[in-house]
Amino acid sequence: METLKETLTEPIFKNNPIALQILGICSALAVTSSLQVTLVMCVALIFVTAFSNLFVSMIRNHIPSSIRIIVQMVIIASLVIVVDQFLKAYAYSISKQLSVFVGLIITNCIVMGRAEAYAMKNPPFPSFVDGVGNGLGYSVVLIAVAVVRELFGAGKLMGIEILPLVTEGGWYNPNGLLLLPPSAFFLIGLFIWTLRSFDKKQVEKPDYTLAKHTPVKEGL
Amino acid sequence: MSSNDSIKKTLLVAFSLCIVCSVIVSTAAVVLKPVQEVNKALDRKRNILAAAGMLEEGRSVEEQFAQISTRVVDLRTGKFTDEVDPANYDQLAAASTPSQSTSLPKDEDIAKLGRRENYSQVYLVQSPQGEIEKVILPIRGAGLWSTLYGFIALESDANTVAGLGFYEHGETPGLGGEVDNPRWIAHWPGKQVYRDGDVALGLIKGSVDPSSPKAQWQIDGLAGATLTSRGVTNLVHFWLGENGFEPFLNNLKSGEA
Repeated sequence: METLKETLTEPIFKNNPIALQILGICSALAVTSSLQVTLVMCVALIFVTAFSNLFVSMIRNHIPSSIRIIVQMVIIASLVIVVDQFLKAYAYSISKQLSVFVGLIITNCIVMGRAEAYAMKNPPFPSFVDGVGNGLGYSVVLIAVAVVRELFGAGKLMGIEILPLVTEGGWYNPNGLLLLPPSAFFLIGLFIWTLRSFDKKQVEKPDYTLAKHTPVKEGL
Repeated sequence: MSSNDSIKKTLLVAFSLCIVCSVIVSTAAVVLKPVQEVNKALDRKRNILAAAGMLEEGRSVEEQFAQISTRVVDLRTGKFTDEVDPANYDQLAAASTPSQSTSLPKDEDIAKLGRRENYSQVYLVQSPQGEIEKVILPIRGAGLWSTLYGFIALESDANTVAGLGFYEHGETPGLGGEVDNPRWIAHWPGKQVYRDGDVALGLIKGSVDPSSPKAQWQIDGLAGATLTSRGVTNLVHFWLGENGFEPFLNNLKSGEA
């Protein structure tokens, strides 16, 4: 039985939902072109994962197995709508930039995956902690990607100019590709590569290896 | 475990979960609605002020907006109308409602809108004496990927540009997305719209030669974004042309609006 601390910290690097479990990639591509928007997205996702885990775990002994996915879905969807409403009320301009991606947390595999894999089998408090941990794991990758994309794509961080752009009379010529979604793929790829070079256990076993070359016996 | 899977239990769980969740969701929606509406209105006002070049940081938007009055114009006649209430009029929804809009023939639909609403909001900046100082008009049209939504502000002569701004678009970041760049927007104020009664204002390829006699009708094109530049030119031509606000602006000048 792992301790609560491990439940919280494991998903950040050792069992990162994006880097190792390869979940939730789509929103990682879409919302990381500016750091501010990314931070709001991360907070929203941590909230949803944590509380959906908590509520699913609270009623786990009463969920009929035939409709368990739908039950999880209803809880997640309700939480996401509440978050969306709050963002529209208190962070209007950011909610406009996040647009559909807050709604798409519903389909984010991390939330659903943790509810099914952890919350259905564990008591409420550890499930809540697991939700926060996985949310943080997601956030670490997103923030890293967003820092690189905003800094080198737009010369800014949190909207504050760091590298003065050529178009604004400075010296930095921004890399426009970084503001487009594919660049996040490259960055996440590099992130996974770095992580796995330090922690060799994360490297997946190859599906097959080349057999050693042997001369054809019949020909001899 | 088997008791959980009985039909009765399944229905009971599904039903009570739905009730609980729907109560939570609807409470959140109802309680937060007033705050959201205020935000939405504030956002629009901020965009209008920014387009007119009147947005000052540090002062409340409401306070700055106090000198602007919202009116509705019938685009078919070019006159003010009281048919619809300016505060509750949803212009974009009207543009897609057949009873409230006019279909545009293909050759006149240069901004690629499909339909144009019959009534449009306009914003008048008035001096304390009640004279019109600036007119702010909502404009929109197709760029390369997306429809650009914005405002253009004209001085009281209804010919000199006072400002321009887009508040929503999905053009390529760094290329067409430069329509947001304050340095590019700064080219607009002071330019002229009409030459011999026709809309002449538009973007050109490359930079404007200040010594050219046409310079006052020309704006620098956006580098690497020919189609976005063309889209901006077209939407300005459409909305300031005879299908857009030209009749209204003429009426305004002659005092017949």
